[in-house]
Amino acid sequence: MENKISHTEHRDDTASKMGMWLFIFTELLLFGGLFIVYAVYRSKYSEDFHVAANQLNTFVGTINTIILLVSSMTVAMSVTALRTGNKSLTLKLLATTIFFAFLFLVNKYFEWGLKIDHHLYPGSELMLTLKRGELLFFGLYYFMTGLHALHIIVGMILLIVIYRKVQNGRLTKDDNALLENGGLYWHLVDLIWIFLFPLLYLIS
Amino acid sequence: MEVSAIDNSFLKHGTKYKGILGWLTSTDHKRIGLMYMYAIMIFFVVGGLLGGLMRLELFRPGQDIMTAQTYNAVFTVHGVIMIFLVVIPGLAAVFGNILMPIMIGARDVSFPKLNLFSFYIYVIGAILAILSQFLGKGAPDTGWTFYAPYSTDTNTNVVAAVLAAFVLGFSSILTGLNFIVTIHRLRAPGMTWFKMPLFPWSLYATAWIQLLATPIVGITLLMIIAERWFKIGFFDPNLGGDPILFQHLFWIYSHPAVYIMILPAMGVITEIIPTFSQKKVFGYKAIVFSSVAIAAVGYLVWGHHMYTAGMSTTARWFFSLLTFIVAVPSAIKVFNWISTMYKGSINLKPPFYFTMAFVFNFMIGGLTGLVLGSLATDIHVHDTAFVVAHFHYIIFGGMGFAFLAAIHYWFPKIYGRMYNNKLANTSCAFIFGGFTLLYFPQFIIGMQGMPRRYFDYLPQYEWGQVFSFFGAIVLAIGVIIMLFNLFKSARKGEIAGPNPWGGKTLEWTIASPPTVENFEEIPVITQGPYEYK
Repeated sequence: MENKISHTEHRDDTASKMGMWLFIFTELLLFGGLFIVYAVYRSKYSEDFHVAANQLNTFVGTINTIILLVSSMTVAMSVTALRTGNKSLTLKLLATTIFFAFLFLVNKYFEWGLKIDHHLYPGSELMLTLKRGELLFFGLYYFMTGLHALHIIVGMILLIVIYRKVQNGRLTKDDNALLENGGLYWHLVDLIWIFLFPLLYLIS
Repeated sequence: MEVSAIDNSFLKHGTKYKGILGWLTSTDHKRIGLMYMYAIMIFFVVGGLLGGLMRLELFRPGQDIMTAQTYNAVFTVHGVIMIFLVVIPGLAAVFGNILMPIMIGARDVSFPKLNLFSFYIYVIGAILAILSQFLGKGAPDTGWTFYAPYSTDTNTNVVAAVLAAFVLGFSSILTGLNFIVTIHRLRAPGMTWFKMPLFPWSLYATAWIQLLATPIVGITLLMIIAERWFKIGFFDPNLGGDPILFQHLFWIYSHPAVYIMILPAMGVITEIIPTFSQKKVFGYKAIVFSSVAIAAVGYLVWGHHMYTAGMSTTARWFFSLLTFIVAVPSAIKVFNWISTMYKGSINLKPPFYFTMAFVFNFMIGGLTGLVLGSLATDIHVHDTAFVVAHFHYIIFGGMGFAFLAAIHYWFPKIYGRMYNNKLANTSCAFIFGGFTLLYFPQFIIGMQGMPRRYFDYLPQYEWGQVFSFFGAIVLAIGVIIMLFNLFKSARKGEIAGPNPWGGKTLEWTIASPPTVENFEEIPVITQGPYEYK
C-alpha cells in the first residue's frame, strides 16, 4: 500500500516573522480596546483616578519595569548569541530571561496579595463603597495587569519551549526563526508594560 | 488521466493516517476547508431550525408554542450560531481554504499547522457555544449582540456564549493572518498583485479586517466576563460604567464583521460571472480597489447602529455620511458585474442562477441599507422588522446565496463529479422564492411598525408573518432538495473532468479533485487571470 507523505516541509523564515508581526498587531489592538476604556473614564473621572493611582505601589512597579527591560535585553542578546552559533551562551541568556519573567510574577503576586489583604479587589464590599472613578480605576488596574500577567505566563511557556529546542539542537544558527519570534513576543509583553506602568502608577 | 487523477486525489490520500483520523490530523488546506464546510452545514441546519421555530411562534399573534423567555433564548441562539459559527467563518474558512492557495498557484497556505489549529479553535468555540445553551441557569437571552448592561445583569448563561464568541474570534484572527502571509509569500512566480484572481483579492481585504477588528470585540467580550464575575463596572451604570461605551466597542468590530461576511461573497461572484459569460472581467482594478475601499471605510461606519442610542448630532451626521460613502464601492462592484455580462456568451448553469439571485438580493439589501443609514428614516424603522429584513437580505440573500453559488461552482473541482443540473436549478428556484416570500413582507410590516425581537404582535401584522412562515417552508424544501442533490452527487455523480465550466483561473488547470500537492510543478504566470476571448 502506498502511503503518501502529504507535505514536504516548507520553510519560509520571512513568512513566519511576518506572521508574528501581524499577531503582535492584533495583541496591541486587544490592549488598545482597554486603553480606549481607560482614556474615556480617565477624562470622565480624572480626580478619582488621581486619588486611586496614589494607592498603587510605584516602587514595586518600578522594580518590575526594570526587570522587564533587562529581560527584553537578555532575550535580544540570546538571539544574537544563537546567530553566532554560541549555544551555551544562548541557553544562559534564555534562562536569565525566564528567571526574570518568574521574578516579575513573584513581585506581582506580592503586590496583588497586599491589596487583596486590604480587601481591595474586584467584587469586594470595600470596592463597592469607593467612588465610581476609583472603582473603575481599580477595575482597570486588575484587568489590565491581569491580562498582562497572562501574557507573561504565555511568554514564559514559549521561552521554555524554545529553551528545550535550543538544548536539543533543533534550533540552530541556520534555523532560528522561532527564537526570533519568541523574542519579538517578549518585546511585545515588555512594550505593553511600558504603557501600563505610567498610565497606572505614575499619573498620581 | 482523469481516473488516475481521482485515485491520487486529496480526498483519498491525506496524511500517514487512514480514514477519519487522516482527516482530523491533516494539514492539507483542502481537507481543512472541507471539514469547515461539513461543520458549517450542520450548524446552518441547526440555526435554520431555530429560525423556523421562531416563524412558527410568530405565525399567529399571542403565545403559541413557547414562552417569551424561550423565544428570547431561541433568537439569541439562532443569532449566535448563524453569525459566529456560520456566516463569519463561512466563505473564507471553507472556500478560502480549499481554493485560495490553488488560485494563487501554491501548494498550501504558509502555516499549514496553524491552519489546522484554527480549525480546532473553531471547534472548541462551537462546543462552548452549544454548551452555553445547556449549562447554568438557562440559555442566554441577550440577543447575539450581548448588549450591556442587560448582558451583565441577566441570570442566564451569558459567560459561556461570550467566551465562545471570543474563542471563535481567535480562530478568525489566525485564519486571516495565515491568508495574508500566504498571499504575500506564496503567489506563483510571475503572479504580480494585479495578476491575482479577484477571489484571493477579496480574501486579502477580508483578512485585514479580521486581523484589525476582531481583537477589539475580543477585549470587549472579556470585559463583559470581568463585569459579571468581578463586578468591575465597565458598562453597568450602577457601577459607574457606560453602556454606550459597550455599544461603540461592540460595533467597532461588528460592523466591519459585516464586510468580513460580504467581501468574500463578492469575490466568489466576481469569479463566477466572467466564467459563465466567457468574458474578461470588466474593470479588474476597480473591483480590487473597491474591495480595499470597503475594507477601509467599513471601519468608520459603526456608529450607524447607534443613532437612537444617544450620540451628538455631529457624530450622527458624520456616521450617516460615511455610511453613504461605503455604499459607493459596493455599487461599483455591481456595475462591474453587469458590464462583464454585457455581450458575453452567458452559460445558464446553476452557479450562474445562484449568482443572479445574489445580485438581486444584494441590491435590495444594499438599497434598504441606505434607508437605515439615513438618520431620519432610521429613526422611523429602528428596531423594527425592517432591520431584520435588511440584514437577512445582506447576510442570507448576499453571503448565503454566494455560498450556495460557490458550492455549485466549485463542486466539480472539489469532488471531481457533477451534480444533477435540473435538481440544482429546482433547489435554486425554491430557495430564492422561499427567501423572497420569507423576508420581503418583513420590510413592509417593519415600516408599518412591527418591532423586532418581539414574540407577540398586534393583529394587523399577521398577514406578513403568515407569508413569512410559508416562505420559510418553501425555503426549507429548497435546502433539502439541494442537500440531497449535493450529497448524492458527491459519491455517485458522473465524472466531471478538470474544467467543466471553461474557467481560466488556476484551479481549473489541475485535476479534479486536486492532488495532495495541488501542482506537479508550480506554474509560471504570464498573463492576467481572466483572459477569455
